[in-house]
Amino acid sequence: MSQAVELRPGAVVGTPAERVDAAEKLRGQAQFTGDLAVPRMLHGKLLRAPLPHARIVSIDASRAERAPGVVCVLTGQDLLDLANPRYGHAIKDRPIVAIDRVRFAGEPVAAVAATDEAAAEAALELVEVEYEELPAATTVEEALAPGAPSLHEEPMEAGLFHGLGQLAERDGNVCYRYRIDRGEVEAAFAHADVIVEGDYTFPAVYQYALETHTVIADYGPGEITVWASCQHPFLVRAELADLFGLPLSRVRLIVPYLGGGFGSKSYTKLEPITVAVARKAGRPVRIRNRVDEAMLTTRRHGMRCRMRTAATKEGRLLGREVDMWLDTGAYADNGPRVTATGGDAAPGPYRWAAYRVDAACVYTNTSPSGSYRAFGATHVQWIGESQVDEVARRLGLDPLQLRRDNLCLPGEELRAGGKPLDADLVGDVEKVAAAIGWDEPRPAWRGRGVSVGLLAAGAHPVSTATVRLESDGTAVVLVGTTEKGQGARTVMAQIAAEELRLPLERVRVQGTDTRFTPYDRSTGASRSTTLAGLAVQRAARSVYEQLAEIADGEPAPEDYVALMRRRFGFAGGELIGTGEVRPSGTGSYAEGPVFWEVCVGGAEVEVDPETGVVRVLRTATVADVGKAINPKLVERQDEGATLQGIGNALFEEMVWIDGQLANDTLLEYRVPTVRDVPDEMTCIIVENGDGPGPYGAKGCGEGALAAVPAAIVN
Amino acid sequence: MELRLSVNGRAVSAEIEPQELLLDFLRDGLGLTGAKRSCDVQVCGACTVLLDGLPVSSCCTLAYEARGREVTTVEGLAERTEFAALERAFAEHAAVQCGYCTPGLALTVQALLDESALASPEAIRHNLAGNLCRCTGYKAILEAVHELAGVQGS
Repeated sequence: MSQAVELRPGAVVGTPAERVDAAEKLRGQAQFTGDLAVPRMLHGKLLRAPLPHARIVSIDASRAERAPGVVCVLTGQDLLDLANPRYGHAIKDRPIVAIDRVRFAGEPVAAVAATDEAAAEAALELVEVEYEELPAATTVEEALAPGAPSLHEEPMEAGLFHGLGQLAERDGNVCYRYRIDRGEVEAAFAHADVIVEGDYTFPAVYQYALETHTVIADYGPGEITVWASCQHPFLVRAELADLFGLPLSRVRLIVPYLGGGFGSKSYTKLEPITVAVARKAGRPVRIRNRVDEAMLTTRRHGMRCRMRTAATKEGRLLGREVDMWLDTGAYADNGPRVTATGGDAAPGPYRWAAYRVDAACVYTNTSPSGSYRAFGATHVQWIGESQVDEVARRLGLDPLQLRRDNLCLPGEELRAGGKPLDADLVGDVEKVAAAIGWDEPRPAWRGRGVSVGLLAAGAHPVSTATVRLESDGTAVVLVGTTEKGQGARTVMAQIAAEELRLPLERVRVQGTDTRFTPYDRSTGASRSTTLAGLAVQRAARSVYEQLAEIADGEPAPEDYVALMRRRFGFAGGELIGTGEVRPSGTGSYAEGPVFWEVCVGGAEVEVDPETGVVRVLRTATVADVGKAINPKLVERQDEGATLQGIGNALFEEMVWIDGQLANDTLLEYRVPTVRDVPDEMTCIIVENGDGPGPYGAKGCGEGALAAVPAAIVN
Repeated sequence: MELRLSVNGRAVSAEIEPQELLLDFLRDGLGLTGAKRSCDVQVCGACTVLLDGLPVSSCCTLAYEARGREVTTVEGLAERTEFAALERAFAEHAAVQCGYCTPGLALTVQALLDESALASPEAIRHNLAGNLCRCTGYKAILEAVHELAGVQGS
């Protein structure tokens, strides 16, 4: 566990330091995967299925293989030598390329590698595929109906990172189910004076990272090298090693800058198919998604939900019942985790007498769903918080007071056996209410709402880091966190600089290369500052301790070069510190989650009485971060999440017609522009030092996305 | 076919395909990867370059359309003296996150500043609506641009 650290005056941590990557990004020098070229590199294009559900009767790629510039065509037949050609970190249900069957319109059935993109694209039309169309279940309702076509028949096989306990037996098209039963729910509802209930839907949403998924793969003798726009390089490495039967030490993932992620680049995406094509071609291959292909690669789950909330006439919240059905598409991807996280978020952080949650993750013949920022919580918080407001309205109570009276307090248990509440939610919601003018007179056609929720954050707490102090007194930090825009390299540099007493510009943070960078589980779930940051802090502290030992005292940075010379006897050598974070037998990590990410927000909106158009005038969010390593970057996280929340709440929606995605360009799928920015957007940073990370920090950046839609609705 | 043009103030001549896009010519032909590909339909602004000083989407512009004209990419913009102020403002306000939209946005902002087309909060919002950013929530970008344009309020 982290112990309290005294900050020295003039320290780097806690200051709004400028981003270490600002200049190279502004000058167009920052390199993304698509900017790289590997010698002898080919370009790959994917042939995608036209039908939502079909048997592949035959594939004839001979004409395509003879087309100008084409080097090879990959089909399911090329995977027969693999022990198991299926992957999936949660459930191994997805073939690298379709084998005998397609389960969604847009599933890759073949891949062409050619000397340039145009040649590969042209050859796609020459691949002849005969399909036998099968009945499709393109919605959750169709997939759960009696006699529904089934998507998967083989026994369930857990992926390498299932992490959700024992796999259940296959249950029709339900791929995972998460249930919570607490207290006597029937009794709670029997004592209720008011019951609010309703059916709700949340649409499928596209993350839209501006940089689409891009992968370069090279398959050498017994060795795979991959450059990828991926958030979790170490997990991708493990899945590739498993698929292609190689040791981890022979699979290398290199991750340049990412052009946004938001969950869309979490876990394994285009990497297996790109490696398989490179293996067949005997040359490096690059595959880059267009936007329409990125939309078919991963998305946020659409959801149906039925919820009931019971309360007494005095305004005590008694019980809640929640049934949720999440549409995970044709393959599980991160659906089980999204379902569990949504289930955990569904009751909301209130002192219930009883509640029941039943969340099902359902296969359908649509494109796979995975992670999108604040998954689960965004799905369900707006529903639960709408019902809390409806209870207040029916009882004539102030919605803010109702929350004050019922919210859990710090230290109270939220889920049986889980980490107790580590945040002051009442204080947080009062702050956002004040920021949106809760008590001010309200003009006609204006409304104000607040919302409160929690998101189980941190994922599995394993991170390692290395800090190298060079003989000239500068330092290099090796840490597996992916820089996707959030400012990870800046924050990690700040932590190392703080511990080494160095100015920020003398610390360099490198991108991930799994061959040299120490292991970090993943970049997501708001975990990096807390966990990878703690590993960096420990590594840097170890270097400082070595310096102190050489100096036999407390050295200042101006002494470092001389101390290194004393140690090594010449102008070379380096000091190496390592840091590790892992679940330990005691302490908060053992209880899980690593921390509860606070999702508290407020909004003031105006409705045009003639057109019904909603305009968001003011928003306020709380970044309850324990300790802000860089307050400016914290604010930027919340502002970005707020705009995504406005899009999610008001206009973003992927539309399917008969299993075909109908709005697959940014002309038809609109994301927020600068015109959608509220007049006032306030981010309130709360620093109670109550996080498990370095200096009492805990993660942020997701909560606002769960909170803002709920506040807008209220 | 032969293409002659000026890129970032330097004369360039090259053999191109008739259907070659300006974006591909700049990235693959000249190695100027500052212009980014994203939406392919002239919505996102990531591929923005300046053609005779005016912003265009290079993903929807034929390379041949630039014949005899001056193309400015972010690499060329960074050589201009005015860039220092833009770079300072964007860095100070942390208006850069993942950096993928940044080159196109920087070119758009500089071109609009040159045209005095960012003279009011309304003009700023109107004229920057063609540059999407999914990271920042735009607030930092607005702050930086207001400062550069000498405009008060938001």
